[in-house]
Amino acid sequence: MAVSKSVLEEFTKGLWSENPVIKALLGLCPTLAVTNSALNGLSMGLATTFVLISSSTIVSIIKRVVPAQVRIPTFIVIIAGFVTVADIFLKAQFPPISKSLGPYVPLIVVNCLILGRSEIFASKHSVGMSIIDALGMGVGFSGTLVVLGSIREILGSGSLFNFKFLAESLFTPWVVMVLPAGAFLTLGFLIGMINFISSRKGSKGRAQP
Amino acid sequence: MKGRPIGLIVVLTATAVIIGGVLAVVYRLAEPKIEANRLLEEKRAIFAVLPEAKDYEVIEKTVAGDKGMEKVRIFKGFNEDGGVVGYAFIARGPGFQGIIKMMVGLHPDYLRLHGMQVLDQVETPGLGNKIVEDEFLDQFRGLEILPQIEYLKNKKPEKPNQIRAITGATISSKAVARIINSEAKRVVSILKASE
Repeated sequence: MAVSKSVLEEFTKGLWSENPVIKALLGLCPTLAVTNSALNGLSMGLATTFVLISSSTIVSIIKRVVPAQVRIPTFIVIIAGFVTVADIFLKAQFPPISKSLGPYVPLIVVNCLILGRSEIFASKHSVGMSIIDALGMGVGFSGTLVVLGSIREILGSGSLFNFKFLAESLFTPWVVMVLPAGAFLTLGFLIGMINFISSRKGSKGRAQP
Repeated sequence: MKGRPIGLIVVLTATAVIIGGVLAVVYRLAEPKIEANRLLEEKRAIFAVLPEAKDYEVIEKTVAGDKGMEKVRIFKGFNEDGGVVGYAFIARGPGFQGIIKMMVGLHPDYLRLHGMQVLDQVETPGLGNKIVEDEFLDQFRGLEILPQIEYLKNKKPEKPNQIRAITGATISSKAVARIINSEAKRVVSILKASE
């Protein structure tokens, strides 16, 4: 019982209480750069989740063999390897997605979310737990990117997942939302809103006996 | 875990070798597919700018360019009877924010364009990237390239060598005209020389 509960906790913490983008502000470069549409956000989220799960698994398996002095370079080589696999896979199977994400796929290597989870979690926990943790973080990251991408795509292009549902005659797209400035605005409002909700929830929780 | 220097070297080397090996295998498996995707995209663009073409052949010429010798690829389009319906070529140059890469279809009389498709661009979303929309691209159908392509702001084109620039994206529209002008000149001179 205790085990199953902690598994659930390790998974759900990535979704809300330790959400990598909203709470930990990790991996902001891809978050800001590619979320100009919901589809781009989703593809980036899935690619990152793949790298996160694969590298967390390997790091957790080899944690006892890797000397502490060289753990960071070792982790980075492993992460870079999986990122390149993801990049090649996208190029071969989904060329349009690969094209729209451009250089941001190789840049997953320097996403501190992945190295962060390897260093903080996977190198200290069992393989199973590391996978659960990576999965939770990956889903949290992807979800946040899709939300950001959806808001920006709806307001900036009048469409969602490339499906245009707002006619240009009725709604003038806010071009700024698909430009870099829109990323900062949306992320700022999103974080502010979620912190506001969390603080309300927190104070209510304390008030209860 | 504390390690002696030799341990550090062994671990790092082993990691690098294993990851390198994995990547080599993955790349080998994916490479034909990536190449096929590239060719397919090229083919699609060629047939889009040469609508009457059923087949094409590649002409490769090395000419002196701005940066020494450059390789120019021209795609010669044929119809079912083997008659030449036009030439397609790739034109690339700086736009507003980055390189614009286009596939341009040239009429066999060297005077007009069959059409144009944008292959790559990073122009401003909502403004400059309207250069990929049909409304802009349709202007290149039958557009005359002599003496050169001109662009007009907020006015309907009157002459057969004029296009209307996109409102709010004059620089992108101007870049497209400039890139096609210079590359078309070069391609025409190559084609004339090889006749």
